[in-house]
Amino acid sequence: MGREKTLVALAGQPNTGKSTVFNAITGASQHVANYPGVTVEKMTGSYRYDGAKVEVVDLPGTYSLTSYSLEERVSRDFLLHEEPSVVVNVADASNLKRNLYLTFQLLEMQVPLVLDLNMMDVAKRRGIEIDVKELEKQLGTTVVPTAIRNGTGKKELLKSIHAVSLSERPSEPFRIDYGPLESFLTEIEGELSGNGALWANYPPRWLTVKLMEGDDEARRLVRKNHSNPELLLAFVEKKRQAFESEHAEKPERHVAFRRYHVADDITKASLKPKAASSQPLSDKADQFICNRFLGPLILVGVIYLLYYLSIVQGYNLTNYTWPLLAKLRSLTESILPNPGFIEEPLIRSLTLWFVDSINALLNYIPIFFILFGLIAILEDSGYMPRMAFMLDRLFNKFGLHGQSTLPMVLGGIYVGGCAVPAVMSCKGIPDERARFATILTIPMLNCLAKVPLYVLLINIYFVGHKGLAMFFISTITLLMVLPVAKILTRTVLKKKETSPFIMEMPPYHVPTIRGVLGRATERVWLFIRKIITIVAVIAIIIFVLLQFPGLSNERKAYYSTQKDLVTANFYKKIEGNPYAEHVQGKNLMALVIYWDKYKNAKMMAKGKDAAKAINERFKEENPIFFKIAQPKKDKDAKKLNRAFKKVFSARKKLLREIKKEKIDNSFLGQIGHAMEPYTKWAGFNWRINVSLLASFAAKESSVATLGALYEQEEEGESLETRMEKGEKGFTPLHALALMLFMALYPPCIATSIMVKIQTGKIRWMVFSMIFPIVLGIMVATLIFSGGNLLGLSGLQAMFAFYGLALAITIGMGFLKNE
Amino acid sequence: MTLDTLKPGSTCLVKKLTAEDQLGQRLMDMGVYPGLRLTVVRNAPLEDPMELELGGAYLSVRHEEAKFVEVEG
Ligand SMILES: Nc1nc2c(ncn2[C@@H]2O[C@H](COP(=O)(O)OP(=O)(O)O)[C@@H](O)[C@H]2O)c(=O)[nH]1
Ligand SMILES: [Mg+2]
Repeated sequence: MGREKTLVALAGQPNTGKSTVFNAITGASQHVANYPGVTVEKMTGSYRYDGAKVEVVDLPGTYSLTSYSLEERVSRDFLLHEEPSVVVNVADASNLKRNLYLTFQLLEMQVPLVLDLNMMDVAKRRGIEIDVKELEKQLGTTVVPTAIRNGTGKKELLKSIHAVSLSERPSEPFRIDYGPLESFLTEIEGELSGNGALWANYPPRWLTVKLMEGDDEARRLVRKNHSNPELLLAFVEKKRQAFESEHAEKPERHVAFRRYHVADDITKASLKPKAASSQPLSDKADQFICNRFLGPLILVGVIYLLYYLSIVQGYNLTNYTWPLLAKLRSLTESILPNPGFIEEPLIRSLTLWFVDSINALLNYIPIFFILFGLIAILEDSGYMPRMAFMLDRLFNKFGLHGQSTLPMVLGGIYVGGCAVPAVMSCKGIPDERARFATILTIPMLNCLAKVPLYVLLINIYFVGHKGLAMFFISTITLLMVLPVAKILTRTVLKKKETSPFIMEMPPYHVPTIRGVLGRATERVWLFIRKIITIVAVIAIIIFVLLQFPGLSNERKAYYSTQKDLVTANFYKKIEGNPYAEHVQGKNLMALVIYWDKYKNAKMMAKGKDAAKAINERFKEENPIFFKIAQPKKDKDAKKLNRAFKKVFSARKKLLREIKKEKIDNSFLGQIGHAMEPYTKWAGFNWRINVSLLASFAAKESSVATLGALYEQEEEGESLETRMEKGEKGFTPLHALALMLFMALYPPCIATSIMVKIQTGKIRWMVFSMIFPIVLGIMVATLIFSGGNLLGLSGLQAMFAFYGLALAITIGMGFLKNE
Repeated sequence: MTLDTLKPGSTCLVKKLTAEDQLGQRLMDMGVYPGLRLTVVRNAPLEDPMELELGGAYLSVRHEEAKFVEVEG
């Protein structure tokens, strides 16, 4: 076709249907990235028209184009510097006047504009009729009415985009009459005119108005491009002051005021007002939804439903997906080299560790999918701003924001959330300081992966008060999050930008299935792409730290002798047994593997038929081994069976000892030992240290590592019993300190990466990992050493700490925000 | 009289924005400007923020921000 690629930008105020338009025209070819250097999401997609490729960018939704907010700056820079072939201004037809305020600013920037009057269905329902031809005449730009959710007007929209992309820009662009400001503008424009790069690259009228408004970015453009910037800026400043003293009004206020005035004129000319103004449905709904008594009840209901559907039902769903992942694991296992009697090939243990780590994360995908879908529903329906409206006062007292509500709920405000989607959903918080405070404190809430350790400890050390202890650990986190958030906003986050709360309460909409599913898939995909690779790398590092340097040669020799003793004993016992010839040499190991597989298969089998099928399969695979495994009335086989069982469990015991010794010797073990003198004040011995260090990739492994460290003395002993036996000196005070440390445990790798994405800086990611460790050590030390000093029992210390946290939270709440 | 003192249900005319810089700009950008008639619809369950209705659109504003909007009955 020879022509350059067409670039279309979608601009518009929030909730006008921009994303819906974007989805409607780009179909499945979408891509999310960030604008360079900032954390604002950039959605791009493309479609074909007349055989030529058209690229589409969904700009962030903004009410205006000032330089006060990041989103507005991003949109503005894009329009100025990327020079889109067409800008589609998506506007809410049922609220034309408000929307024109932005349209004027776009027209002033002299971008090739198509005004998409969306939500025509809503306008019609409210009895608003718009004279499109008149509006086109008034604005001097193409206007296309659509109801894009129903697909109405899509064809015309595409046609208009195409037409505008081919046409020349109008020589007489639309101009707002700024009244008394005009003479000032003319003077500034005179000063500007003909000045090199500035004049050539930026729309003069726009630049003039922006300078008169005192816009920072416009000033920066002048400094960069003008031949004598300071002189010009001084002139502008003089004019600004002159206007203000003459009219008792700031020029920027006057500009905004005139825009509304002109918008009013234009709407009056092109709009047939509704017959009678009736109360909109959404406001009627809000009488209940935001009601003083009913509102909070509904809010709790919604939060409960969110929790129930994603965490409870999503968790149930993992019952179906987990077997798939387990199959993946056993498939991997089957192609790996077999284990030896006491030594495991490195490639085998590494690969399995790797698969286990990845599986632990993939297992969350059903939960994430439901969660992301529900978030999309909350976002699209318009309920989210209502949540913020209801809880803003509470959160604002602690330096947070009404819109911190959803992230807090997702992070596990009671118990059992996940910090990954929670941090992701902080994106919408407009106040930067509050957003950072939310992102940094969310990981201190109780995510699902912290729960197993709580349960383990409570079952051992708080047997008589299980419910109470669980309530304590579930609610204490919020009492730590709130004061910490407040402290952060007054210290490290002090310099972050804040912005006014003012928030639109958009009308309620029924979300579309496509929008919801699309968003859920997109976010799950983002999770997989960004997270899995890094988790894989960290998993390998931790594996190395846990495995190396490994056993010394003497110890290896020792275990080898042990193995020989066991096997020699076995062979002596079965001398003369007719089956003995089948378990010589390599065959012994073959039997071990066969036995293992058979036992596992039997354990997994449900029902008689399945068990029978398994028997058949294993009989076919090796009839002699099967005879040994299921001797029935065969005396010789029975004898061998008994002798072999001894070998089998002796081997298991040896393997466990080796594993324990390896961890003990490992780099991580050494670090754990080295830390003991310091962590003992918090009540942590080296074993706890190792399990905490190993949890870094994923907290799920804390309990698994402890499981490896406490020896099983008898077959089938639970970890609870083992830990109790293994840690004779452990008291409930130890357990409480450990639980609180786990609550304050630094974010997992997946969350850390999200923190990096949402804050845009590695610095903040590192900070988000270090400050909870420091805080955690402090709290654990306070509990353990302080508790010991005062002679408190675990339960007393629990009450004391709860009281302290509550008092601090209330105190902090009274402290004024800066 | 300032906007934050109004009770739900009352209607008023915006006289002047006394807010500086960002807050003032934001109020204007979101549609609060001198000469506008608006209604206070309700307060949040915890009293703050308040919800306003202006020409068919609904805004929520904290009282500490509404302080900077001068109104008359
Ligand atoms: N009735 C109606 N609803 C629409 C239309 N276009 C979008 N919506 C809904 O308006 C809400 C906001 O749309 P969205 O595309 O997310 O707006 P954005 O904030 O501008 O990206 C969603 O619930 C959409 O389903 C439309 O033409 N008619
Ligand atoms: Mg959108």
